Amino acid sequence: MSAGPASGCDAPPVGIDGILRERGQREVFCGLTGIIWLHRKIQDAFFLVVGSRTCAHLLQSAAGVMVFAEPRFGTAIIEEKDLAGLADANEELDRVVTRLLARRPDIRMLFLVGSCPSEVIKLDLSRAAQRLNQRFSDCHVLSYSGSGIETTFTQGEDACLAALVPDLPFTDAHQLMVVGSLPDVVEDQFLRLFADLGIERVVSLPARRSRQMPAVGPNTRYLLAQPFLAETGVALEKRGAVHLPALFPFGAEGTTAWLHAAAQAFGVAEDRFEIVTRPPRERARKALAAHRTALTGKSIFFLPDSQLEVPLARFLAGELGMRLVEVGTPYLHKGHLIDELAALPPGTLISEGQDVEKQLDRVQASRPDLTVCGLGLANPLERTGLSTKWAIELVFSPIHGYEQAGDLAELFARPLNRRDVLRV
Amino acid sequence: MQLTVWTYEGPPHVGAMRVATGMTGLHYVLHAPQGDTYADLLFTMIERRDHRPPVTYTTFQARDLGKDTAELFMTAARDAYERFKPQAMIVGASCTAELIQDDPAGLAETMGLGCPVIPLELPSYSRKENWGASETFYQLVRGLADKTRRPLPAVGEAGPRRPRANLLGPTALGFRHRDDVVEITRLLGQLGIDVHVAAPMGATPADLVRLGEADFNICLYPEIAAQACAWLERTFRQKTVKTVPIGVNATREFVAEVCEAAGVMMPAAVDQGRMGWWSRSVDSTYLTGKRVFIFGDGTHAVAAARVASEELGFKVVGLGCYNREFAREIRAAAEKYGVEPLITDDYLVVEDAIAAAAPELVLGTQMERHIAKRLRLPCAVISAPVHVQDFPARYSPQMGFEGANVLFDTWVHPLVMGLEEHLLTMFRDDFEFSDAAGPSHLGHASAAAHAPAAVAEAAPVAAETNPAPAASGRDNQASATKQPSGWTDEALAELGKIPFFVRGKARRNTERYAAEHGVDSITRETLYEAKAHYAR
Repeated sequence: MSAGPASGCDAPPVGIDGILRERGQREVFCGLTGIIWLHRKIQDAFFLVVGSRTCAHLLQSAAGVMVFAEPRFGTAIIEEKDLAGLADANEELDRVVTRLLARRPDIRMLFLVGSCPSEVIKLDLSRAAQRLNQRFSDCHVLSYSGSGIETTFTQGEDACLAALVPDLPFTDAHQLMVVGSLPDVVEDQFLRLFADLGIERVVSLPARRSRQMPAVGPNTRYLLAQPFLAETGVALEKRGAVHLPALFPFGAEGTTAWLHAAAQAFGVAEDRFEIVTRPPRERARKALAAHRTALTGKSIFFLPDSQLEVPLARFLAGELGMRLVEVGTPYLHKGHLIDELAALPPGTLISEGQDVEKQLDRVQASRPDLTVCGLGLANPLERTGLSTKWAIELVFSPIHGYEQAGDLAELFARPLNRRDVLRV
Repeated sequence: MQLTVWTYEGPPHVGAMRVATGMTGLHYVLHAPQGDTYADLLFTMIERRDHRPPVTYTTFQARDLGKDTAELFMTAARDAYERFKPQAMIVGASCTAELIQDDPAGLAETMGLGCPVIPLELPSYSRKENWGASETFYQLVRGLADKTRRPLPAVGEAGPRRPRANLLGPTALGFRHRDDVVEITRLLGQLGIDVHVAAPMGATPADLVRLGEADFNICLYPEIAAQACAWLERTFRQKTVKTVPIGVNATREFVAEVCEAAGVMMPAAVDQGRMGWWSRSVDSTYLTGKRVFIFGDGTHAVAAARVASEELGFKVVGLGCYNREFAREIRAAAEKYGVEPLITDDYLVVEDAIAAAAPELVLGTQMERHIAKRLRLPCAVISAPVHVQDFPARYSPQMGFEGANVLFDTWVHPLVMGLEEHLLTMFRDDFEFSDAAGPSHLGHASAAAHAPAAVAEAAPVAAETNPAPAASGRDNQASATKQPSGWTDEALAELGKIPFFVRGKARRNTERYAAEHGVDSITRETLYEAKAHYAR
C-alpha cells in the first residue's frame, strides 16, 4: 500500500455500545450480486435487472468466471431514450419482458430487480410487476431492489425473499420453516435431521421451484439459516410466523444450538435430541480437530462483506481458538445476532460500515495472520505479505451444518497452509 | 431498453479506469453508488494486479441522496488528494451519479486541489468502455501535454540522435498489451528508434506533459488512441503510424511505415520469426480452407481476418465486431472476404451467426469461448473482453514477428492435428477415436461435455424429446431450422459416421442440396451427391 499513515488509525471512535461505526468508501458488492446464487437456487426463476450497463457488467464480472450454462438472469439496460422520455420506460420494460418470456417459456417466476438508476429515476417496478402479472398467466412476476443505494451484497437475498413472503399461501398448520437459501445438499441434511428429531412438517424458503413455495401462518416457527435476513424476518412476522432465536448453524456448536432451538419449540425430548445429533456432532468435532493446529492462536481480521462475519468469527474463536483482531460487518442486526454477540470473546472489536482506507491502515498496523476481504482487495493485500481469504467463497460454498464444519474450517486454514507450502 | 445476457463492453467509466490503472501518479475520483467498487476486481483478479486501481469511489447510499451528495464528493476528492498525493487527478460520475447531476467537474474546479484536475464527461447511457478509455486518454493528453515542447534537434552536440516515437494506446486489462509494448519496443530498437513515452500504460502524468518531444506517434490500439493521436498530429505536427502490426505482413508494413515516419533506412534484414515457414511446412497443409469465424473488437478482428486468410490459408466464413465505432473497417474487410459483416453487441446474435456459419474454428473474445464450448467448436481468443486465462504468465504478445509466432501456435493448437484428422476418419468406430472421446489434445475433460452435443447433432429427433443441453426458448427457433427435413434413417446413420467436426457442414450442405434439387427424402445417395456437389 502506497498510502501514508492516516489519523484514523490511532484511536477509532468506538460508540458506547463498543461498536465502531464508520462512514466512508465502502468496498462492497451491491445486492444485485445475490442473483448469482439465487438463480441457481430457484430453478425456474429468471432475474431481470432493470438497470444500466454497469449492472450487467457487475453481474458478469462476479459470475462470469463461474457460470457457463445459459444464465437465468439478464439486464434490461436503460438507454438514453428511456431517460429522455422519448420512449415510455414502462412500455419499453413490457416489450423486453414479452421478448424474454417468449424466448424462455420455461420460466415460471420472474423477478424484476431494481437497481441504482431505476430507483433514482423512480421507475416503479412493483406496479410494473402487477401490470405484467395480468398479461402473463404462466409466469408469476415479482419485484425487489438489489440496488447499491439500498442494499449491500447479501441484503439482495433478503430483499428477494421478503418479496416472496406476501404472496405465500396461508396455512395454520404447525410447521417449521428454514429461511435462507442453502445449497441443496445442506438443505437435505437439515431436513433429514429434523425428520429424525420427529418434527413432521418442515418447509424451506425459498423452495427450489416457484410453484412449491411454502405456506405460512401463525403456527409457523421459523429458523434463520442466514444472518442477513432482517426484512424477510419482518415480512414473515407480519404473516404471523414466529422467530426461533438461536446461534447460526456454523460449526458443531452453532449447528447444535440452532437445531436445539427448533427441538425445544416442537417439544422434542432432550434424550432424543442427544441421540440424533450426537453422531454428526462428533463427526464435526473430529473434522474440526484436523484444522485446529493450523488455526489456533492465529489472528484474523474481517473486512465487511456478507454479514456472515459475526457468526463466523464466533465459530473461529470459540471452536478453533483464533484471535479476533476486528470483525467488520456492513450492517449489524443486533436482534438476529443477539446470541452471536454474546458468544464472542469479551472485548472483541466489532465495526459496522466502512471507511476502506482507514480500515486497511488498521489491517497493516495489526498485520493479522489472515484477512477476510473482497476480491478487489485480496491480491493487493497478499502483495504486502498478508494472507487472505476471499469472502465471496464463504457465500458460494456449502459451509452450514455438521457435515460442512470441517470444510468451513478448511477454507480458513487453506491460505495459511498454502503459505507454508510455497517456496517461490 | 436493451435486453442483455452478457456484455462485450463495460460502462465508459470502466474504460477510464483502464487508463488510470495503467498509469502511475494519476488518481481517479469517481462519484458512484455503493457497489460500483466491483470494478476493482477486474484488475486485481482477472489481471492479477497486486495494487488496487487508483480509484476513490464516493459510494453514496440512499440515505445520502436526501442530503448532500455533492459534499460527499468533495470530501472524497480532498481525502484522496491528501492520501495519495497524485501528480494529476481525473474526476467523473458513473451511471447513477450522472442522474443526480452533482457536477463533479465543477465541484473539483472550485476546490483548489494541489494538482491538475481533468474532468471527464462520460455519458453512461449512450457510450461504452472503449469509448470511455479513448475519451479519457484524449482528455488527459489534451489537458496535460505541454504545447511548447518540440523534438530535440536531429543533430545535437553529441552527433545525430536516434528518432523517438510515442507508443500510444496500451491500457490495463487490455488483451496482451503488456507483451505487445515490449515486443514493439524491441522491434523499434532494432530499427534504431527509441520509445519516448509509452502511454497510457506505464506512463505518469509528467510523461504526458512531454509527448510533444517525440518525432512521431504510433497508434497501437486505435480503439483507445486514435482520437489522442489525431489531436497530437494537429497540435505538434507529429505523424501517426497507423498500421497495426498484427501478423507477419502487417508487421512488415508497420516496419516500412515506421521507417518512413522516422526518416531512417529500411534495414536489409529483420528477423521475421518462424510463422511464415511454419505455415509453409507440409504439416500445415491440413489448415488449408479451414472455415474460421472471427469476432472481436474492430481492430483485432480485421487483423485476425488478414492473418487467417493470407498467412494461414484459412477461409473466413464470418467477420464482425462489437464496437460500432469501427463498423466501417469491418464492412470493408468483410467485403474483401465475401462475407456479411456482423456488427452487434448482442451476444445471442453472435451465437446464432456462429451456429449458422458452421465454422471449424472460432477466433473471438471470452464470450465466443462460451459459445464455441456450447457448439463444440475449437476456439482461440484474439481480443478483449478477456478472462484470467488470457493473462498468461509467459511472454505472449500478439504484435510484431514474435506475436505472429504466438498467433500460429494459439490458433492452430485447438484444431485437430493433421494426421489425427485422417485417423479419425479411417478408424471412426474405434472406441478411442470415437466422437465421445473428443480430440486427444483437448484432454479427457472435453469428452464428457462434448458428448451430448454429438448425440444431438447425429440424431436430432432424439434431441427434441430430450431438451437437456441448455434448452431454452431461443433454441426452439434454432432447432426449427435444423429440422431433419426428410432425412431417412440410413442417411442419418451415415451422417453419424462422419467425423464430428465436419458433420455440421455435411448436414447443412446436404439439406441445401436437397432443397435446391427438390429432393424430398434424403437418402445415403443424397448425402454423397451433395458431397460431390460441394467438393472443394
